[in-house]
Amino acid sequence: MKQILRTTIVRAALLSAALLVTTLTALTAIPQSQAGSTAPVAETASGRDVAASGRPAFTGAEGLTVQEAPPIPKDVTDDRRRQRNYPEQPPVIPHSVAGYQLDLNANKCLTCHSREFTGDSQAPMVSVTHFQDRDGQVLGAVSPRRYFCMQCHVPQTEAQPRVQNTFKDMDSVIRQGSGTSGGGNN
Amino acid sequence: MGLFRCAIGLAKAAWAAFNRPAAHLGIGFLTIGGFIAGVIWWGGFNTVLEATNKEAFCIGCHEMRDNPYADLQKTIHYSNRSGVRATCPDCHVPHNWTDKIARKMQASKEVWGKIFGTVDTPEKFEAKRKELAGHEWARLKANNSLECRNCHSAESMDITRQGARGAAAHQEFLFTGKATCIDCHKGIAHKLPDMTGVPIWTTPAAAH
Repeated sequence: MKQILRTTIVRAALLSAALLVTTLTALTAIPQSQAGSTAPVAETASGRDVAASGRPAFTGAEGLTVQEAPPIPKDVTDDRRRQRNYPEQPPVIPHSVAGYQLDLNANKCLTCHSREFTGDSQAPMVSVTHFQDRDGQVLGAVSPRRYFCMQCHVPQTEAQPRVQNTFKDMDSVIRQGSGTSGGGNN
Repeated sequence: MGLFRCAIGLAKAAWAAFNRPAAHLGIGFLTIGGFIAGVIWWGGFNTVLEATNKEAFCIGCHEMRDNPYADLQKTIHYSNRSGVRATCPDCHVPHNWTDKIARKMQASKEVWGKIFGTVDTPEKFEAKRKELAGHEWARLKANNSLECRNCHSAESMDITRQGARGAAAHQEFLFTGKATCIDCHKGIAHKLPDMTGVPIWTTPAAAH
């Protein structure tokens, strides 16, 4: 009898504890969500930073500054061939390619640069390497893997690089090397 | 057979009524009334004709709005630095009256296409793109690119303001009459179809 009574008391205690927890959770949850909707981040530090500086606080006090977007740089369209930095470099395009269609239906580039049309257009012919498939077999026309010209050949703009390039081409490296090793010919 | 006889009878009656001199109406009423009715009819005809010659009418069909008009919006004939633009009829409807009416009669085929859904999905349009483009190329070739020249005249073209390649090409082919605008400028306002076999694109230019 005593055993039964004790079990009942324990069960009742557990039940009431569970009820209490549930009620407390509900009570605390509601005011939180209400506070969130009525007074948003104004109380927090980040909210104050936004109001004061006009920029998001997560960038820090010395973070982003408001920058004007630079004007879109002009295309290079002078039709002058550019020197390549290394022999394998795909030559860059010195003319405008705005609106050129280059897809399964049509290839605007090849209307001047394909072998057949270079006589009329006086454009450089597509390199002979482009007539080989990946097994080195020479085809009669430009290989499908070389069809999308602008995967490698790209037009240029007058944009200045954000980071200076320190690349030296092979010839200048060789000259430099022979100079320091006492060749004395330069 | 009875229906046919009935129709013949009706036609005979109509002709008899049409052929009989007016019994109650004066010749003045008939002349002036006919003139006024003619003005109203002609005015109405022209108004409707001009209404169908507006871009809003053309792109009232989703076929035109979603395919050729969507192509156009990405090109210089829609958006450019000076804000001058070409609308559909500027290039696709001749300005000359007889040519315009002829083109409008051809366009009844487009109404047929609309009713039967010939190009009512992008896939169907793409499948017919070469045929449809071919019609326009042929028309512009035949009229020496008249709709291009309504705005772009060779006389007013200052080739010193053009790129070196364009200037050379215009001097060699356009000014000499060896080629007309559409020969080289296909796809200037719309996406190109499969260009296999099209002269200048994948085969040498046709002899002139």
